[in-house]
Parts: sequence; C-alpha cells; structure tokens
Amino acid sequence: MRFSGWRVLKEGLTGNKGWTGHWRDPEPKREYDVVIIGGGGHGLATAYYLAKEHGITNIAVLEKGYLGGGNVGRNTTIVRANYYLPGNSEFYSHSMHLWEGLEQDLNYNAMMSQRGLMMIYHNDGQRDAMVRRGNAIINQGDDAELLDIEGVRQRAPFLNFDDNRFPVMGALLHRRGGTARHDAVAWGFARGADMRGVDLIQNCEVTGIDVENGKVRGVQTSRGVIRAKKVALAAAGRSGQVAAMAGLRLPIESHVLQAFVTEGLKPIINHVIAFAESHMYISQSDKGGLVFGSYLDFYNSYAARGNLPMVEHTMESIMAMVPALGKARLLRSWGGIMDMTPDGSPIIDHSGIEGLYLNCGWCYGGFKATPGSGNAYAHLIATDRPHGAATKFKLDRFRSGYGLMDEEGTGAQHNLH
Amino acid sequence: MRVTCPNCGERDRREFYVKGAALVRPGADAPVEAWHEHVHMRDNPAGDVHELWYHEMGCGAWLNVCRNVVSHEVVSAVLAAGSDLGGAR
Ligand SMILES: Cc1cc2nc3c(=O)[nH]c(=O)nc-3n(C[C@H](O)[C@H](O)[C@H](O)COP(=O)(O)OP(=O)(O)OC[C@H]3O[C@@H](n4cnc5c(N)ncnc54)[C@H](O)[C@@H]3O)c2cc1C
Ligand SMILES: [Zn+2]
Repeated sequence: MRFSGWRVLKEGLTGNKGWTGHWRDPEPKREYDVVIIGGGGHGLATAYYLAKEHGITNIAVLEKGYLGGGNVGRNTTIVRANYYLPGNSEFYSHSMHLWEGLEQDLNYNAMMSQRGLMMIYHNDGQRDAMVRRGNAIINQGDDAELLDIEGVRQRAPFLNFDDNRFPVMGALLHRRGGTARHDAVAWGFARGADMRGVDLIQNCEVTGIDVENGKVRGVQTSRGVIRAKKVALAAAGRSGQVAAMAGLRLPIESHVLQAFVTEGLKPIINHVIAFAESHMYISQSDKGGLVFGSYLDFYNSYAARGNLPMVEHTMESIMAMVPALGKARLLRSWGGIMDMTPDGSPIIDHSGIEGLYLNCGWCYGGFKATPGSGNAYAHLIATDRPHGAATKFKLDRFRSGYGLMDEEGTGAQHNLH
Repeated sequence: MRVTCPNCGERDRREFYVKGAALVRPGADAPVEAWHEHVHMRDNPAGDVHELWYHEMGCGAWLNVCRNVVSHEVVSAVLAAGSDLGGAR
C-alpha cells in the first residue's frame, strides 16, 4: 500500500474502507540471519536499513511490548544536528541528512518540521560557548547563526528578557532543527521493514542470549527459542539487563527522564527553544500542546515515572523564562528510562562476543539519532566494520580514556550527564 | 522519596545529592582494570541497589542508602563511614 495525495482523496470519497494494516503479525520462525532485540526507533530503523541497503531480509525484530511503546513514543520529538565534539558532530549531521529525506524514503508522513531551534544564552560565558559550538557546527557543514537579543525578541517576544539572574541575551539559532512526530517515525520504519520481508514480532520478550564458545547462537524468548547467526541489541533503557543475559557488564546506568504536555493552545511558540539556564526546553506540537522537559531525576530508576522535585524545577524554569504560560493547564506528565553512559554519548560497537552487537547509551538524546543509528548499526552488522559517521562510538573508550565525548564538559563519570 | 538520615531523621529527597552506586573502592595499588570496573562498569539491576547519598542540606554526612529502583522505596540508610566501602578512613 502506497500513500499519496491521490490515495487520500480516493479513500476520502469511498468511506476510508480501503486502508489496510501497515505490517503483518507473523509467528516467529525457528531461525533468522539477524535477530534484533527491541522494537523501538533504533531497532526498527536498523532492520529497515539492513533490508534496504544491505539486502539482508531474513530478520526478526523482537519486541516485548508493542512497537513504539518504549522511549521512541515517549520523547519530546526534538531533532537537531548541533553537537560539537568530533564523533558526535559527524554522526548527528549524517542523521540529520537522513531525516531530511526520510518521508520520501519511507513514503510515510513523519510530520518532520524544521521549525528552527534556539539555544538561549544568559551571560558572556554562555555566549562564548555558543560561538564555539556554532563554529564547530558550521565546520561540520551544518547551520548555526548567533542571534543577539533583538534577533530573539523578533522570534519569541513573549520570553522574559529581563530576569535578574538569567536575562535572555541572545541565542544560537539552528534553522534545520525542529521536531518530528515520534510514533510516526516508529511506524514508518516498521512498515518499511515489514514491506521488505522483516518479521516484526510483538509481545515477545527476550529472556536469554545463547552463547557457545564465544559465539552467539540465538535467543530464548517468551515465545520459544529463536536461533540466529547475528544478534543485535537495541533495548535502550533495558540495555544493561539484556547485555547481562550474555554475561556482559556495560558502562551504563538506567535513569528516568520526565516530560510534560499542556492542553492544546492556539499557536504561540514557533521554534524549539532551549534555555541554558536550566536545561529546560519547550516546543508546541501540531495539536497545540506545549511539550517541555528539563533534567533527568538524577538517581537510578526503572520506574518510568519521576518524582515531584524535578516537576517543580521544570515548572519554576518555565515560569522564570516564559511567564506567559503560567495559566496554561498541564495535561499529562510521564517518564522514560534512559541508558546513561559516563560521558553521555552512545555506543555502536561489537560486544566482544562473536555475532553479538551493541547499540546503546543513547541517553536523553536518542530520538534525533534514530535514522543515523539504524543506518550505522545496519552497516556494522552487515559488514562488521563501523560506518564512517560512527567510528568513535566505541565501547572501550571508557577503559582507555581515549575518544571520550563529553559534550557538557562535566567529566566522564556516571550521574554527571 | 524520603530518606531517614541516621543523624537527622526522615527528610525530603530535595535535601540530598545522589552520588550513585556505593561500591567497594579498589586499593590504591589495584590494577587499572579494577579501577575501570569501579568507575565505569555497572550491574544496573532492576531491584535493590546501594547508593551514596550526601545530606547536603542537613548534617553533611555521606549515607549508604539501599533503595528499590523499580518502586523507589527506600529500604535502609546508614552512615557510609561505617559501611566498609574502603578508601580513606
Ligand atoms: C521524556 C523523554 C524525552 C526525550 N526527548 C528527546 C528529544 O527531544 N530528542 C531526542 O533526540 N531524544 C529524546 N529522548 C531520548 C530518546 O527517546 C531515546 O534515546 C530513544 O528513543 C531510545 O531508542 P529507542 O527508540 O530504540 O528506544 P525504545 O523505544 O525504548 O526501544 C527499546 C525497546 O526495547 C524493548 N525491550 C527492552 N527489553 C527487551 C527484551 N528483553 N525483549 C524484547 N524487547 C525488549 C522495549 O520494550 C522497547 O520497546 C527522550 C526520552 C524521554 C524518556
Ligand atoms: Zn543528616
């Protein structure tokens, strides 16, 4: 089934009776060439690119719940390529290029909206850091512009420019940054993979990983044993637990990140706005809800719900920076479990066990990485060599201390990102 | 979350800074591998964990807090100094 304007028109005139399911619901086979653990954005994108670019289609994606029920459906949908350390810089640039062609490639409306992202600075030191970041972004071939206070005022006149402690001085504008509809991204990749023959198996929890003589043989699941030549982890916040099934310990702690949405309002915020003041960021969804969040709760958690202190902190930031929103009613808040590495950057690498691959450590920034991660991971799985845009996402960088990617400059230690 | 500090009694989570896993510190002459395991690698279980919490806005003591990371229930809290984690005394 292909989507097109013509098709929408035709279905509209015939009672929308011709739409069919977007993917099959197959029984798991006994054996696959590649088994991917986790049907989130990264797992589905990996299956899609394995099939599309490497011709490997005998694949199963095993998902313990339903497709897109994890973080890919819980995030605040921000897409950007404004990182500045080698390693991250080229990778997120690659991912952004894939985003820009994604809807055509998938024939699926992911509601990609490059509405521009402003990172607000409040003092001279932050401005210098933004200049440095902007130069790195431009050198990478992506876009960045430094805005002064008038530049910000023009675009977001409702901000609190005169806060005593955190006056708005200007912003780094990244025009190609924006948002995409998170569920649609999962569904688009799922449909694209399914169309190419990939089996998407839901309600199938992996409970064990079989390793013999240093080589992976397959997995144990709630729906029986599945053998596989290659097994690829893409379990996000559960990475530590899934890796433990193969006897591996990872440099990962699981933390909770919260997000919030208000009732639907008329259009007020055009951009994605992020504040250096408190990590707080906000955008408005196409439905009108204001979507925002800030820090992790900063303690380990598998609860998928946070505590009030971080709710309070986030609301205080909103009130300090965008007081006009004080009367908006909060509709919902929720939490997702993030796999945090010591330097806050991801891992796409061999595991050390033959045929077992790792894709983890996406922390709170892995949504924008979805196409890039799937693309690079597929390359690693198919060729056993890292993709050119993801050569620095090494597992052993913590042991060696070489090639750490600590974007925040706080130190490569747990609980500092 | 509320933590019962052995010095101050039951206090709100906001009074504490959470440092992370409370692990037995390797000896000063331990091999690099042991330090790598200590600093970076984690078991990260979904169950009870031991963590170092600093009572920043209270008595200033470091606590060894046992907490369930699925329910957020605080199981116990004792002074870190008495809980044999190694390092300087
Ligand atoms: C509140 C919040 C806001 C965020 N905001 C942003 C943002 O604005 N921009 C951005 O770039 N990133 C953001 N992120 C981060 C981003 O959502 C994640 O980094 C990314 O989604 C993780 O990859 P994934 O999509 O593959 O994860 P998931 O969707 O979580 O996929 C992992 C899947 O693995 C499955 N699984 C786990 N264990 C097993 C098992 N044993 N067997 C079978 N299946 C298993 C899970 O059920 C899950 O579906 C945010 C995250 C949260 C929680
Ligand atoms: Zn105390």
